[in-house]
Amino acid sequence: MNRPGYHGRFGGAFLPEILVATFDQLGQAFAQAKADPSFWQEYTELMSTYSCRPTPLTPADNLSRHFGGARIFVKREDLNHTGAHKANNVMAQGLLVRRMGKTRVIAETGAGQHGVATATMAARFGFSCTVYMGEEDVERQRPNVFWMQQLGAEVVPVRDGSRTLKDAINEALRDWARNMDDTHYVLGTASGPHPYPEMVAYFQSIIGLEARKQILAQAGKLPKRVYACVGGGSNAMGIFSGFMDDDVELVGVEAGGKGLGTGMHAARLASDQGSVGVAQGYKTYFLQDDDGQMRDTHSVAAGLDYVGVSPILAHLHETGRARFESATDAEVVEALRLTMRMEGLIPALESAHAFAQAFKEAPKLGSDDVIVINQSGRGDKDIFTVADAIGDPDWERFIIKKAEAYHA
Amino acid sequence: MLESYIRSRRQEKDILLMTHIVLGYPDFETSLALVETMVQAGVDLMELQIPFSEPIADGPVIARACQKALERGVTVRRCLEAAHEAAANNDIPFLFMSYFNILFKYGTDAFVQRAREAGIKGAIVPDVPPEEGDEYLTAMTAHGLDPIFIFAPTSTDDRMKIVARHARGFVYCVARKGVTGEKTEFSRDLDGYLARCRRATELPLALGFGVSSPEDVDALRGRVDIAVVGSQAIRVLEDKGAAAVGEFIAGLRK
Repeated sequence: MNRPGYHGRFGGAFLPEILVATFDQLGQAFAQAKADPSFWQEYTELMSTYSCRPTPLTPADNLSRHFGGARIFVKREDLNHTGAHKANNVMAQGLLVRRMGKTRVIAETGAGQHGVATATMAARFGFSCTVYMGEEDVERQRPNVFWMQQLGAEVVPVRDGSRTLKDAINEALRDWARNMDDTHYVLGTASGPHPYPEMVAYFQSIIGLEARKQILAQAGKLPKRVYACVGGGSNAMGIFSGFMDDDVELVGVEAGGKGLGTGMHAARLASDQGSVGVAQGYKTYFLQDDDGQMRDTHSVAAGLDYVGVSPILAHLHETGRARFESATDAEVVEALRLTMRMEGLIPALESAHAFAQAFKEAPKLGSDDVIVINQSGRGDKDIFTVADAIGDPDWERFIIKKAEAYHA
Repeated sequence: MLESYIRSRRQEKDILLMTHIVLGYPDFETSLALVETMVQAGVDLMELQIPFSEPIADGPVIARACQKALERGVTVRRCLEAAHEAAANNDIPFLFMSYFNILFKYGTDAFVQRAREAGIKGAIVPDVPPEEGDEYLTAMTAHGLDPIFIFAPTSTDDRMKIVARHARGFVYCVARKGVTGEKTEFSRDLDGYLARCRRATELPLALGFGVSSPEDVDALRGRVDIAVVGSQAIRVLEDKGAAAVGEFIAGLRK
């Protein structure tokens, strides 16, 4: 099975006819950009002047000492402009949009990081911008909604379905089916119909390329394992792609939510509850019922709260090239607290999943082993969720006072 | 076979009517009553949509109907039973409309076989382009059902030819960009597009997306073989009740 857009038996482009020509156009634009060395050069230059690339690789020596096993390094994607790896994909797609001569971009967003990144890109390139966001996510990620609007984007709350990320994707696809002439859909992750998984993974591979060079320079060796959280799969694909041909174990960490036994999670690969299906234009593992209806997912991290997963990761799972685990909401909050206290780093709740799994495994590795955790984003945006999860009484008093002030 | 049925029916009528319902919306009893009502109102073919949780090609009216049906516990098994009942009691061809995952998860071949046993004549699965259609087309051929494919205004001439190679029964021409349930202007612009559709296939042509009034159906006479009414029938159902749907359908082709 070497059909274009397929990774083993996963991927493909299950598209309504109305969108076929648009995807063809995008596929051609991407192929041309990939074949043109000046594109990658332009991309890396842009990311070094507009964002913070290369992002550093931080040795987490306090955590390493604390766990007493492998030496831990953290790839700092949180230091990108807008605070997450999302900026990489978005700016590269912006360059592509300019090449295609389109003037409007649309995007879906879960946690809001991709929406904010897309809104900044649109502001920078002079595109108009509409972001679709599940109503439930709009409610729990208000700060990002605020910033998107301030950046000039229109944020459309999606009230259909489970009112989360997958429903925002459906709505974005519907918009695109109407407005493909002037509009590009900036899909935020390495999922969806071909060419998105391949294209987003290619743009995000900048993470892995840098990380490989950095770990060799700083540790003098390749890591034993690389950890990344997995929602749609873009940050994982980004860092994994740097080590694909090495003897390095790739570990993807999904949202264990309230525990795999509760059914309230988003572990499509790490649990035995995912099964192969076709939805939102591609074939992969989904959390679905026996009829093929998508199930509701849950995670404390909105960015991981998604029913599908990158078809490339599904393939790596099936071939055994990558290992998939899950971390529960509670483990994630604990890992976040520890990381803040010991290293002064504030990973996003999404990224904290990778930390939680690495912390489970690090003590069992040898002291001459090295591991890399991808800190895909920063946690400042999660202040409301984290404060709730920690149950900080001072924060609660502050919010009550603030609300009273608005009432006055 | 759908093609010969459409051709013979066209000897008697200058335009045929295909309507659509969402199975289990608002409930199965109403679905089956709607089928009877529509058939009595003179409908020539019907699409029975099996709800799917991610209906990317549908607009808000149908998407919400599907969602509500699912919230009320509609299952694929129950949809198959209802389709069986509809086909057994009504003498027009019925087609399934759904998304590929519904077939895939059931087992594509088993699903199509079961559809044939239920008396279904064809299927519209909008997220299966021919390139992804091996499994689907093999099953449809094996069980003698017609796969209905779609032309869109964005389809190039070459693309239409590729799609036409796999199409049987008729080709569903989408009137405009977008999703189901939005307004369409059936202006002269349509003629160039329909001429391209005609050149690409010998099969009968159906036109849908935004057909909602007798004027719309009138405008399609002599231009296509079948007018497709989808979302508007659901709107009538929601606004005025099941009884009004019969009147609405009968009034479309005065």
